[in-house]
Amino acid sequence: MVKLAENKHHSENKPTCSMPLPKKVYISLIQHLGKICVPEVKVGDKVSCGQRIASLPSGLYSPIHSSISGTVSAIQDCPHPVIGRAKAVVIQGDGREDGDFSKSIRSQPFSLTAQELRDIVLEAGIVGMGGASFPTHIKLNPPKPVNTLIINGAECEPYLTADSRLMVEKTTEIVKGIRLIVSCLGIKDVYIGIEDNKPEAIRAFSGFDDIKVKVLKSDYPQGGEKQLIRNILGKELPRGKYPFDIGALVQNVSTMFAIYEAVYKGKPLIERIVTVTGSCIKEPVNLLVRIGTPIKDLIEFCGLNEEPAKIIIGGPMMGIAQYTDEVPLIKSSNGLLLMNKVEAEVLEEKPCIRCAACIRGCPVGLMPCQINLASERSLWALTKEYGASDCIECGICNYVCPANRRLLQTIKRAKLEGVR
Amino acid sequence: MINNLIVSGSPHIHKQESVSRIMWTVVLSTIPAGIAGVIIFGLDALWVILVAVIAAVLTEAVFEIWSKKKVTVMDGSAVITGILLAYNLPPNVPLWLPIIGAVFSIAVGKQVFGGLGQNIFNPALVGRVFLMASWPKYMTTFVKPLSYDAITSATPLAALKEGKILEHISYLDLFLGKRGGCIGEVCILALLIGAAILLYKGYISWHIPMTYILTTAVFTYIFGAKQLFHGDWLFHILSGGLILGAFFMATDYVATPLTINGQIVFGIGCGLLTAIIRIWGGYPEGVSYAILIMNAATPFIDRYTKNRIYGTS
Repeated sequence: MVKLAENKHHSENKPTCSMPLPKKVYISLIQHLGKICVPEVKVGDKVSCGQRIASLPSGLYSPIHSSISGTVSAIQDCPHPVIGRAKAVVIQGDGREDGDFSKSIRSQPFSLTAQELRDIVLEAGIVGMGGASFPTHIKLNPPKPVNTLIINGAECEPYLTADSRLMVEKTTEIVKGIRLIVSCLGIKDVYIGIEDNKPEAIRAFSGFDDIKVKVLKSDYPQGGEKQLIRNILGKELPRGKYPFDIGALVQNVSTMFAIYEAVYKGKPLIERIVTVTGSCIKEPVNLLVRIGTPIKDLIEFCGLNEEPAKIIIGGPMMGIAQYTDEVPLIKSSNGLLLMNKVEAEVLEEKPCIRCAACIRGCPVGLMPCQINLASERSLWALTKEYGASDCIECGICNYVCPANRRLLQTIKRAKLEGVR
Repeated sequence: MINNLIVSGSPHIHKQESVSRIMWTVVLSTIPAGIAGVIIFGLDALWVILVAVIAAVLTEAVFEIWSKKKVTVMDGSAVITGILLAYNLPPNVPLWLPIIGAVFSIAVGKQVFGGLGQNIFNPALVGRVFLMASWPKYMTTFVKPLSYDAITSATPLAALKEGKILEHISYLDLFLGKRGGCIGEVCILALLIGAAILLYKGYISWHIPMTYILTTAVFTYIFGAKQLFHGDWLFHILSGGLILGAFFMATDYVATPLTINGQIVFGIGCGLLTAIIRIWGGYPEGVSYAILIMNAATPFIDRYTKNRIYGTS
């Protein structure tokens, strides 16, 4: 765990504002961990806002909805923020406002069974919004009974304030979402983990008897699943086990809000809050943006100070650098970070001096410098012995390395070889 | 459309720490001991330091040019090797001695293994023991402190070894450096100032120096005199090269263990070896050999002192 320069002050006190409806959206057919969806619309079709446009009959997937009202103008290969390129449904907007979701509102949310809740979550296309995008309806169907719900409100990545704003602005909605899961899954204990740099959010959640607020030190990566479990429950997730193995379920605050909207408003997941920030952005903001909006629209809306040299979707530690500003947002895109030339400079790699800064920083107790040396020599048995597969890819090792070694990249390589 | 975007793997921010900043800070931390050495032994000491540093830097540059590698002498690591070698030499040695020592340190102690980060022994100590084996007479002739001429004097440890009675040396004299010895080892006060800089910056941790010094103290207290538990442990801490070695050479990153547990094992090992050599060995002083032997044991220590991985027992 390390203390990072937070840089959240640019946007943390700015209320979320809605971005004007985009003219055109590029809705990727893969917005989740799992299989790519099959489109249910064809070019020329009229679609309404919130209409399901892609799905699969079964498997690890989450359906995808149109985020605006308009006409399908193409189904084509488009840039994708995580996997580079993927097929997307391109919708030319007609400028009309939201569709009517009232017919799918549930009148008595607390009489829902677990299966009914899962069906609603599936139909609404909800995925884990903290970053991994795992389909939420599957996570709500744990193979073992769970009795503890951990809500992740840590938001430990520097710069990002989307979750932080949501917790302050939509507290009761998030709590309603939490209570749905509690009643449907028979949860006994609910914890919400919030870093101590968000006093407003801590205060907001302190008034609820059924939710225990756990104030966490603002160290990175406090919001990692393994770190949350250790720092909230006081025990570690045994190697190779999932949270349900120890009776726990971990969910992000944004996902709770999405569940609330699906059940109480009948609204599928078609928009999310994105923190648009970085030294190149004139006016850093928290924007409520439709899924599929290309990032150049966001950049245009916020204005530039200077030409960005690097555009990152996500935070500076785990986010992904983009090769074009035409890439559209997906359900897990929680931040848009624009760095200038100085900040984006790629530092020269030097020999390891065994200073062990990476070892002291590693939040899961690995020896990154040793895995790095083994990986560079393709000694995959050795990387396995050093526990490369336990890496959570938080990036601390690279961050602290005085020799600018590409520790994380070589460890990722070793992880892939370990699976092979 | 925005063009020429830089695409690289995460993370996208850096702590802004660098190898050269660490190395130059170490250089800075050695300066108090150097100043003390020059005050105590005169300008002879300064020439030895300068010659050793220049020879070390030139050797590194020549080696890197010859092997068609990037010249990295500005990273400060060769400067440290030169300084530490000089600090381990008597002040009145002929100036060709530090030159040969520095060339040997960098060439054989560092570059033949592949340069920075690859050496298995502390380069300065490699140079020192080479000189010790080759020219023992020069290496064991010391001058009297604050006399500024060639009046020879035994080091306190050598006097102890030969069974001589130590005259006029109080603990305070030892602490301030009023004794015969190597240039950089005598003034404990100056060494501690430098060590404080490194500890404050977090460039070294207390684990190796403390375990090293404590082990030496305990062992010399128990076995350091004819009767058990009568050894003069404070004398052993303050004399010889223990403080210099413990803070500046046993903490060298490259040739010491990676994890805290490993560093504790390393420190205890150094302490035991130093005390054994001082009490029963053929030499009055054992710091150099103790650290070099433990350097050799480092890969082995690393292997058995890995950190516990999250979620495992």
